[in-house]
Amino acid sequence: MKPTDLQTHIAAAKRREALFAALGLVALMIGILTFATLFADMAWKGLGRLDVDFFTHFPSRRASHAGILSAWVGSTLVMLVTAFFAVPLGVAAGIYLEEYSRKNWITDLIEINITNLAGVPSIVYGLLALGLFVYQFGFGQSILSAGLTLALLILPVVIVATREAIRAIPQVIREGSYALGATRWQTVRYHILPYSSAGILTGVIIGMARAIGETAPIITIGALTFIAFLPPSPVKAEPPFFSVDWLFSPFTVMPIQMFNWTSRPEAAFQVNAAAAGFVLVLMTLAMNGLAIWLRYRLRKRIKW
Amino acid sequence: MSAPETFMEQKTALAAKAEVHNLDFYYGDFRALKSIEMTVYERQVTALIGPSGCGKSTFLRCFNRMHDLYPGNRYDGRILLQPDNSNLLAPQVDPIEVRMRIGMVFQKPNPFPKSIFENVAYGLRVRGEGSRRRIEEKVEQSLQDAALWDEVKDRLHQPAYNLSGGQQQRLCIARALATDPELLLFDEPTSALDPIATTSIEELIHDLKERVTILIVTHNMQQAARVSDFTAYMYLGELIEFGVTDELFIKPKKKRTEDYITGRFG
Repeated sequence: MKPTDLQTHIAAAKRREALFAALGLVALMIGILTFATLFADMAWKGLGRLDVDFFTHFPSRRASHAGILSAWVGSTLVMLVTAFFAVPLGVAAGIYLEEYSRKNWITDLIEINITNLAGVPSIVYGLLALGLFVYQFGFGQSILSAGLTLALLILPVVIVATREAIRAIPQVIREGSYALGATRWQTVRYHILPYSSAGILTGVIIGMARAIGETAPIITIGALTFIAFLPPSPVKAEPPFFSVDWLFSPFTVMPIQMFNWTSRPEAAFQVNAAAAGFVLVLMTLAMNGLAIWLRYRLRKRIKW
Repeated sequence: MSAPETFMEQKTALAAKAEVHNLDFYYGDFRALKSIEMTVYERQVTALIGPSGCGKSTFLRCFNRMHDLYPGNRYDGRILLQPDNSNLLAPQVDPIEVRMRIGMVFQKPNPFPKSIFENVAYGLRVRGEGSRRRIEEKVEQSLQDAALWDEVKDRLHQPAYNLSGGQQQRLCIARALATDPELLLFDEPTSALDPIATTSIEELIHDLKERVTILIVTHNMQQAARVSDFTAYMYLGELIEFGVTDELFIKPKKKRTEDYITGRFG
């Protein structure tokens, strides 16, 4: 039977649809496969070096003895400082903008600028931090300077995530709270913060996952590339049993350790770099995975 | 049903809970309420009816200063709350104090995503009540008053969103009752509910007027006729007619009221 005009038309439309689906799939695969290849290559080269010694050894002139102890400890401590400053500041700013500020041209201007800040190249933050934290405030080339720099870098991410999480709360919930005589702060404390915590946490972790891989601003403020010691312990045997000396210690972080190794001529160091890269990607993936899991867990508890 | 008293007889016998004088309300430049004069009588149910957009919800939300939450809104005129004769629209009156005296139940049940217990306890916590025992007593009392206690007493600490729509709305009523409001505002409380849940809410409203003055917005005229003692008909921001419910429905004084209640428009 000869197809009717309508059937021919539908067949042609379906061919175009299949073509677009194929194009989309190719575009997706270019992204995923490139990453998968890089990751697999790194894993293949570096997995042989991954043992307990690799995590417990300092860098060394001999590639087979070199490890990432100072790098992963440095990265962890810098992340702690980053979270300590970025989370309260970002969440407070987000809450202020959503729940307190009046909507006028000033808040519009602030909003546009926060979005722009998220797009500022990270090296610019590094330069700012070099002038401000390292020299002006005299924090030196320390864990504190690095943590503050990365905190500035992810602040816009935390603010935007906070605002989006807050905006998802239905207005009738706020009105219900205010109708019972609650103040703004009571409403924020009992409703807005608890109900938006899942979204905020997700934003914070994704921001941190970005920060942990940042290299440029950390190099700019002068992190060392060869560190064969650990920062002073935060716990002490004698009162007051803790110390903040570690904040002012020189340090290195994972991406800088990698960068250092890749610039060595010996092939054995390239293997070390691949192994460190593999660990760094795993850290990032683990943080993103944690964000997804937390969002799933916390969202289940809340329904409107 | 007892013979309807006349409007004037009933009016003189009752005490006023709130007196509205020359009330105008503006959303920016838009005048949403025009020179409203009305009295809400103590321990009576007063219904506000009228077509969509007539300003009945806007009027209701003046009583607990809900409009203060949004910029660009302005009140003009007075709502005198009795017995202290204070103008609750006065700028120097704190809207938080007003909302502590006047409760509200919303159109769509809006329980907080917390436990049943915490929903009812919230108003007390906001007031700084620290005694666990007093909070527990008040929560039980409020849930009983809202005819919900028997259904939830074994699962007070489960999430409120597991309740049915009608139960959620009764929970919202219990939440409002927990703080002993003098006046309770209902904004179309049954519009999101099925007929059976609607009946239970209407019965509840009928029982509650023993102890609290009620002002209810409804788009359903049968509901107004069933639950209210007084009815106000509003149209385009104006109060067209206000009177004893039975009289207003049986022999309205104004042609426009008659057109609306006989279903000629709206």
